Amino acid sequence: MTLAPALAPTPAVEPDDDQPRDIDPGLSPADRLFQHSARAIGLTVLAIFGSIGIFLGYQAIPTFRHYGWSFFTENEWQPQLDKLGISAVILGTVEVALIAIVVSFPLALLTALFISEYSPARLKSGLVSLVDLMAAVPSIVYGLWAFFLLQPRAIYVSRWLNQHLGFLPIFKVDADPNAAAWQQSSYTSSAFIAGLAVSMMTIPLAAAVMRSVFAQAPLGEREAAFALGATRWGMIRSVVIPFSQGGIIGGSMLALGRALGETIAVLLIISPAFDLKIRMLEVGTITTSSLIAGLFGDATSAQLSALLTAGFVLFCMTLAVNTFAAVFVNRSRSGTATEI
Amino acid sequence: MTPGETVVVSTSTLDDLLAPPEPRRGGARLEAVNVSAWFGSNKVLERVSLPMLPGVVTALIGPSGCGKSTFLRTLNRMHESVASAKFAGEVRLNGNDIYQPGHRITQTRRSIGMVFQKPNPFPAMTIGDNVTAGLKLNGSRVSRGERADLIERCLTRAGLWSEVKDRLGEPGQALSGGQQQRLCIARSLAVDPAVLLMDEPCSALDPGSTNRIEETIRELKDDVTIVIVTHNMQQAARVSQQCAFFLATQGTPGIIVEAGDTEQIFNDPKDSRTSDYVNGRFG
Repeated sequence: MTLAPALAPTPAVEPDDDQPRDIDPGLSPADRLFQHSARAIGLTVLAIFGSIGIFLGYQAIPTFRHYGWSFFTENEWQPQLDKLGISAVILGTVEVALIAIVVSFPLALLTALFISEYSPARLKSGLVSLVDLMAAVPSIVYGLWAFFLLQPRAIYVSRWLNQHLGFLPIFKVDADPNAAAWQQSSYTSSAFIAGLAVSMMTIPLAAAVMRSVFAQAPLGEREAAFALGATRWGMIRSVVIPFSQGGIIGGSMLALGRALGETIAVLLIISPAFDLKIRMLEVGTITTSSLIAGLFGDATSAQLSALLTAGFVLFCMTLAVNTFAAVFVNRSRSGTATEI
Repeated sequence: MTPGETVVVSTSTLDDLLAPPEPRRGGARLEAVNVSAWFGSNKVLERVSLPMLPGVVTALIGPSGCGKSTFLRTLNRMHESVASAKFAGEVRLNGNDIYQPGHRITQTRRSIGMVFQKPNPFPAMTIGDNVTAGLKLNGSRVSRGERADLIERCLTRAGLWSEVKDRLGEPGQALSGGQQQRLCIARSLAVDPAVLLMDEPCSALDPGSTNRIEETIRELKDDVTIVIVTHNMQQAARVSQQCAFFLATQGTPGIIVEAGDTEQIFNDPKDSRTSDYVNGRFG
């Protein structure tokens, strides 16, 4: 017997014959079972989420038919006059959420930096759970806290801002800030105070995301900075922050998504006003979720459809914000080392 | 300050700190005296003493886990950045103990630079910015012209200039591993250290890049005192003039078994364990 035939070059084949083969993944029954059940559960979650969107969208059809584009441009909400629109509602929603983010961003950033970079090891886990606990406090508690404790004090801040920065439209209030007996009621129940309450709920979310990306800043680069004689803050500025940019933005946007939907605390604080105004320190505003919660109880079927339409718009807004946030966070986690 | 008072590093004035460093001639004398180190209750180094002389490359050799990297990290106070780390003994830079109370750790690390095992250029910075990163971290201000000079000088000393001079604006991470390591050397040189510690700088690199780094070490040794940890016996023989053999037997902290001229350690070791190690009989 000779080996020669085996060693001979393979005879030239038709190029079309050289197709990739179907390879059986060769999973064990247990793997297969797990794969299928995990996929089924994952798809169920997606299906539930999708059906919420479809339900809201379907309910919104009559409203869109009836009001058309004016639903987005009208600011009044007077079903008895057949005048309905969500422009003021959307503006108020965005306003409250932005105030919450502006207040909570520095607090969350510094909290996360302190926990991840400065706190001694034995305090760290305690601080982490303390911040996480902030997220576990029911929002009604924050609402009550803000209404009874924060508001009577925050109005002094509002008045001060009005006195000194009142030339800016956002800090303006339709009341004389320098009057001897200043009108405290002009400053209560405002978007500003609602935003402060909501910020308490967005801090833990943003801080948790930021802390987890800070912790992933690579040790090698951290040590490199220290070995060059960097202070801790210098190291943070040159390594941790650039590395975590995506996570910082993403965490804030997740918090924004949370803030857009916050209901109870806002409902407790604001007094509903459907004006298109950006005077955030002034009494009265309205947000989408508090509109729905406030009017849901005694709504007729046509009004209900309008409320669900508002809900649909909110749903789309938060979906967009959270999707952006997820993209940013993921980018920060996987590829920052090669970014820029 | 009265005339005649010894000038220690920590009393340098703000102006000195903020001025861009002038290239220095000759390294400094670094001396470890009775250095012990722990991680938690685990003692990893016991009473290690070693002088590291200017103009000389000192190689630290020994099997894995013998404490030579830990020893290196005690020399610029990187050791204490690990939470459970403890230290005893003295490390004297030109006679001054760097662990002395009141001695600024940032200043110490600035005069005793370090190059790590894995190249670690700052990812968000360009090649040029990486070189000057140390100055920025130290709050030194450099004018545009000085900055360009400094970048060229440091990259030249690190043997990287000709390869990157046209792409200083590209990210440091775009370079190959060996180039990144030389960039890290240039970055350390930019703050003008008197001592440069190198922790297995070539272990992640291919032979060609290793060669370039060894050349760089030979060129730098007259300006900077170099201490290098290496697993590669041939490398120790090639680049160092002085050599210390570390050993930690099962359960005991690391010690220096033998230290001396590299020639002597490799050709005529006094201790049988040194002889076994350098001849590849263990480790």
